[in-house]
Amino acid sequence: MSHEHLTSGRVLTRTTILAVVLLACLILAGSVGAVRVPVLNLLGLGESLDGEDRLLFLRILFEVRLPRVLLAAILGGALTVAGIVFQALLRNPLADPYILGVSGGASLGGVTALLLGLGAGTGLVSQFGVPGFAFLGALLSLILIERIASHDGRFTVHTILLTGVIFNAFCAALIFFIQSIASLEQLHAIVFYLMGQVPDDLGYLSIGGFALVSTAVAISLFAMARDYNAMAMGEEGAIQVGVDIERIKRRTFFLGSLLTGMAVSVAGLIGFVGLVVPHLLRIILGPDHRLLIPTGFIGGAVFLVLADLLARTLAAPNEIPVGVVTALVGGPFFLYLLRSKGRDYAFS
Amino acid sequence: MPSPDTTGGVRILTGDTSFTYGTEPVLRSVSITVEPGEIVGILGPNGSGKTTLLKIISGVVKGYEGSVTVDGREVRDIGPRELARSVAVVPQETETGLPFTATEVVLMGRHAHMKGLAFESERDVEIAKTALERTGASHLASRNIQRLSSGERQRVIFARALAQEPGAILLDEPTSFLDIRYQVEIYDLVRQLASEQGISALTALHDLNLAAEYCDRIYLLKEGRVFAEGATDDVLTYVNLTTVFESDVYVDTNDLTGKLLVIPLSHRAKEKLKREKREPIR
Repeated sequence: MSHEHLTSGRVLTRTTILAVVLLACLILAGSVGAVRVPVLNLLGLGESLDGEDRLLFLRILFEVRLPRVLLAAILGGALTVAGIVFQALLRNPLADPYILGVSGGASLGGVTALLLGLGAGTGLVSQFGVPGFAFLGALLSLILIERIASHDGRFTVHTILLTGVIFNAFCAALIFFIQSIASLEQLHAIVFYLMGQVPDDLGYLSIGGFALVSTAVAISLFAMARDYNAMAMGEEGAIQVGVDIERIKRRTFFLGSLLTGMAVSVAGLIGFVGLVVPHLLRIILGPDHRLLIPTGFIGGAVFLVLADLLARTLAAPNEIPVGVVTALVGGPFFLYLLRSKGRDYAFS
Repeated sequence: MPSPDTTGGVRILTGDTSFTYGTEPVLRSVSITVEPGEIVGILGPNGSGKTTLLKIISGVVKGYEGSVTVDGREVRDIGPRELARSVAVVPQETETGLPFTATEVVLMGRHAHMKGLAFESERDVEIAKTALERTGASHLASRNIQRLSSGERQRVIFARALAQEPGAILLDEPTSFLDIRYQVEIYDLVRQLASEQGISALTALHDLNLAAEYCDRIYLLKEGRVFAEGATDDVLTYVNLTTVFESDVYVDTNDLTGKLLVIPLSHRAKEKLKREKREPIR
């Protein structure tokens, strides 16, 4: 009965394969850039390097390239898992991490910080001003949306969806307003922020914290994977097989929004990751969330590491915002999937 | 006939259960009993509260007044996992949002028996296999649920209910979209479960002839109230049916089974009845 249902072995092998692919992508992305860093040689494979070169390459790798590559990986994983669980929650294939409104609040917070000049210069304020404000915006909107969408302690999917969409539109209007009063220089920063970019000035401590929280949240969401499977058969069907639906919906909204809020705070609105990767994995691996969530966490990392590699090398020495790359690559690819074999793999 | 083994069944009891949707009363003081091993029918026109009653018992609709107990315990105090281990549901129709295989769908019936991240054990898979066999759906095991016909899909959903190993099974017009072959197959299976395992079965249904053939007792609902209750032959009478459904019927006896045979009357048939001065009861 190997293909009739999922086994833990299948989850383990698929996840391991993807982890190896991710490792290869990390090495590739660490090597390529303005200076080619021979990562494999640094790891002791192939010809060894002389001391001075070795030191220089190590500095470039650890101080310039690796922080950004690792951050791209975590962002990709977080956004993909958020996409998967929101699609499961809303039973809608077009749901992405940004649909439930938290991204609107986060980007409004980030843009406000840019207007106040908190992103310029050096020091703690410049490093944490924008993400700090953005994360505050994300948390505030999370609470607000939850309050508006709850009714008698219950949480209907249509209400969350509508509240999120309206909330996003409201935030977008405020952002337009801020853009209209911003200076030219601020406007440039705001536009780039909104397009989505993996920053290269975030310290290891912040990256580590982000990685830790994202992984913990992804694991908590993975713990609800069987519930998401049952929910694909309708909310009532899920209750009837024993899913505590109100608890699952609420936790999913909170945890998915937390992932999204963190990602937007750090990197702005990087689109398509949370839409394309879940669909691609569903087509390759099937619909079971016990397989989708772990492979999504790693597969999303692979996708964004590669997209960010393109973003910084395609038009070097200039950079293309990674959000533009994901949309340019992801959009057509998504349409291709949809036309070829995607119809079966969308919620109908 | 051997006396039914009723150890596997649970009793369902509602006492003065009422439910209001907004300001609209849907159920008014409904009291019903389903004993282990019994097949009980709920009949009544559209909007009479049949589905709401079933949804209250299965924990989908909350906020009812009065009492609803399963195996002696109040439903509002039973968590969804525990409730799903004693009550399973076969709905009229099921959403099939993702392309799971039939086996995967049946294994969802094991949800309430599994813990945390656990994957299905050999035993879970064995139970799912047996359930598919019982509903005659083994050949569908590896098929995509979205590609099945409604009859095939309903067998899989029934197998999912069996995989829950419930003490009671609720059926909400499970055969409405099915052809006659599937109709009798589903209800024959319900009868088998009731008499062999003592499972209590509560079913809403529209087909009066199916009700006459399969139900031990019947509750006739009208506007959220119990209009008539009792043994099937006592409840399905010309007067009760025409009053509750506000429609003319022709009542005959099935000379094979001795059960009631009810035929809805078209305008043309009514005219003929009047012209020939015949009684609507034979």
